[in-house]
Amino acid sequence: MKARGLRAYVWVYLIFLYAPIVLLPLFAFNSGSVIAFPLADFTTKWFVELSRISALHAAVRTSLFIAVVSAVLATTLGVFAAMASTRARFPGQRGIMGFIMLPLVLPEIIVAVALLVVILRLGLGTGTWAVIAGHVLICTPFTIAILRAAFASLDASLEEAAQDLGESRLATFRLVTLPLVIPGIISALLISFTISMDEFIIAFFLTGTEPTLPVYLWSMLRFPQQLPAVMALGTILVVLSVLLITVAEYFRRRGIARAGGQDSGGFL
Amino acid sequence: MSDFKPIIALSGVQKHYGAYHALRGIDLTIGAGEFFSLLGPSGCGKTTLLRTIAGFEDVSAGCVSIAGVDMEGVPANRRPTNMVFQSYAIFPHLSVAQNVGFGLRRSKMPRADKARAVDEALAMVGLAGYGARSATALSGGQRQRVALARALILKPKVLLLDEPLSALDKKMREQMQSELRRLQRQVGITFILVTHDQEEALIMSDRIAVMFEGEIAQLATPQMLYRRPLSRRVGAFIGMMNFLPADVRAVDGDTITVEIAGLGRCMIDAEQAPAGAGIGTASVGIRPEMLAIAFGPVGANERSINGMVAEVNYYGDMTFYDIAIPGMSAPIAVSMKNMPGRPVLDRGDAASVIWDPRALVLFMD
Amino acid sequence: MSIGAGLQRKLRSKSGAGLLLISPPALYAAALLAVPLGAVLIMSFWTQTGIRDFDMTLTLAHYREAFADPLYRQLLLRSLGIAGAVTVVTVVLAFPVAYFVSFHVAPNRKALWIFLITIPFWTSYLIRVFLWKVILGFNGVVNSGLQGIGLIDEPLSFLLYNVNAVVITLAHAYAPFAILPIYVALEKIDRSLLEAAQDLGENAVMRFLRVTLPLALPGVLAAILIVFIPTIGDYVTPRLVGGPDGLMIANMIHTLFLRLNNAPLGAALSVIAMITVAIAALALMLLTRWITTGGKR
Repeated sequence: MKARGLRAYVWVYLIFLYAPIVLLPLFAFNSGSVIAFPLADFTTKWFVELSRISALHAAVRTSLFIAVVSAVLATTLGVFAAMASTRARFPGQRGIMGFIMLPLVLPEIIVAVALLVVILRLGLGTGTWAVIAGHVLICTPFTIAILRAAFASLDASLEEAAQDLGESRLATFRLVTLPLVIPGIISALLISFTISMDEFIIAFFLTGTEPTLPVYLWSMLRFPQQLPAVMALGTILVVLSVLLITVAEYFRRRGIARAGGQDSGGFL
Repeated sequence: MSDFKPIIALSGVQKHYGAYHALRGIDLTIGAGEFFSLLGPSGCGKTTLLRTIAGFEDVSAGCVSIAGVDMEGVPANRRPTNMVFQSYAIFPHLSVAQNVGFGLRRSKMPRADKARAVDEALAMVGLAGYGARSATALSGGQRQRVALARALILKPKVLLLDEPLSALDKKMREQMQSELRRLQRQVGITFILVTHDQEEALIMSDRIAVMFEGEIAQLATPQMLYRRPLSRRVGAFIGMMNFLPADVRAVDGDTITVEIAGLGRCMIDAEQAPAGAGIGTASVGIRPEMLAIAFGPVGANERSINGMVAEVNYYGDMTFYDIAIPGMSAPIAVSMKNMPGRPVLDRGDAASVIWDPRALVLFMD
Repeated sequence: MSIGAGLQRKLRSKSGAGLLLISPPALYAAALLAVPLGAVLIMSFWTQTGIRDFDMTLTLAHYREAFADPLYRQLLLRSLGIAGAVTVVTVVLAFPVAYFVSFHVAPNRKALWIFLITIPFWTSYLIRVFLWKVILGFNGVVNSGLQGIGLIDEPLSFLLYNVNAVVITLAHAYAPFAILPIYVALEKIDRSLLEAAQDLGENAVMRFLRVTLPLALPGVLAAILIVFIPTIGDYVTPRLVGGPDGLMIANMIHTLFLRLNNAPLGAALSVIAMITVAIAALALMLLTRWITTGGKR
């Protein structure tokens, strides 16, 4: 009986959690130009309008480029850090690892401001590469968390066994470590990609003449007549995010199962 | 062993981790074709020693040589040893056949020969036909055999086994013990086994090195280790032993006279004592099965002492009695085979304990 | 042993390999985090004289201004207050959800539930905040809906463009952040402890208060930290739904940097924000350690 009250509470909570997102498709297909009840007719014209805005397409391309590059770089750094922290001991380990993970607990505006200051002082331009630098910084702690779990669930004696059977360190990595860690790598890539695609404040500060998608979205929010198109865009983005994250979760679980480990139920 | 050809020689091997000394000067020679065990409680350094032979740990001092070649600077993947890991380390992303054939990747054998070698290795460990199975679908005992096959297929000079049976249940363990012995005789190479189970070491080994705290306490055949432990610690670690305080009264060439609490005075042979035994306080050890309870009249040449049954432990095939004897501070353990017609005594019954001075071991520590 | 072999052995050793591996991410963090943070600190002592020109004589004027000027002081306090309120609301509401998933969901479904709870987190933050603006607005979803079913005649105006809207929106955005650490802590509790408590005579409520809650406290404190820190520096939510009364410190920092060309003051405010966050984090971590070591020094 206590469970039933609790269960009801949790369902209400979930409804509260998902409610705003549910509004997106509701109004994306609504022909009314104001986001309010009552609903008017069904239409797909807002999606069609989206396909005509070339500035939007440019922003999407910019975001995709930044997200892919950031994901690859953050995952690579994550592999290094995960290997270092699970396979080796080095002096100052806790301090160094703590510092690398610091962006997780820094408000993003601080990161954005700090990078802006350095870029201004050094005379480097803002723009795509500045944004990539910032995104790699905030994505790396996430990739480290995922990859640390992937490497930790790997029995260390598997690598020793491969060496015992005659393989060099590099060959061991290629034949044993990498195949067992690939699902974790894919998961890390997808997570970083998603974080970068959605990230706003760093891009807002550091983007130059080529805005990312969220920055462009921000500018769209100023114009009321663009709001239904925003809803349509939002619907697409949400669907894509959910799909990406489902795939990432699938790979994360597969990685752990493949290496014979136990699932602790989440990235964190 | 008729001709002893050394295959592994360790001299002065030490290993430190910062201030912690895992190995404190190990000198050891292991012969080709021996089944050699490193036995000791956890933390004694036996696994560390095995890993220095395998090449996974560098030595802090001293020298490891295999087949006459100094292994300094030689990494694990280039040593003529192969290891069966405690966790078996079976590659989960490969099939059984791919696991067994893993070490053959770098050899120039034609593929058909490799496949044949894998089949032979699997047959040798009793897993013929398992090649196509996924490695994750195996039981503990099967994984262990795959690990064995994977190591043996490379025909190493020395096979290293790190507590290979500790994860198996009792019946499986006993089965694998005789399998490993059979395998070793069949293949003929040197096996070095690390275990904390003294029964296991006694059953399987040609020679055993007992280790405590990074040092070898005694290196001997199982028989010598059991019958003539050099120290109380070794005596207590292998099997069960009663320890009684004693005094050495006289040393006369090959004969030593001792006075034992509760048992009285007797004479023992010098080979039952450590070298350099002298007059003074000492202790003697005697194994429970070397004592007997008199169920009939005591023979004229036998020595006996009267006591009372303090505790009875019935094991089915044996009964272990704790007998309280006047003059002894603690009861003495006596084990008797359960035979038809022989009663099992109760607590409080009177009992006479028959003992033989030839079964005593003298300790000066 | 030659020097080369010695070096080789050093590199092959675990610590040598570890340092080699950690250097790319460590150097990256040093260059792109340590150096920029240091630059912010230094800049807070300068004065901006032009678009890109700075007077580098060190001065504490900006810090004085930040603490003395009621505008900034009020902003700081409001940011602290909002972050505090959001944290309390979020964590309190999150605890029952975490408890439900940990204790009332079948083990093979738990990962699924956690996944479902965290999905909203992975969608665009901007979109979610904007949706709240749409929901709470004068002609928005709530008002038009309530008017439509006749509950109210006039739209409610207190919903949007104030502190309330900021708190609601942030609480919604950071809900999963709070649930996860509490869930992890609850999962770690050995269930046989609760069985033992029951065996010793405690009822369900007392078992919760005497066993579950104390053992879950580290997770609760982690949740507090995880929500408080990003919330205090949030820009988007106060900007979109806060109105003039709901602005927070990040908005002022942005204005100082990009509109008023007063980067040093913005830097000073950033430093103050960072120190506040650090103090809060330290206090909570010490509290956690004090609790988990049984309240003894």
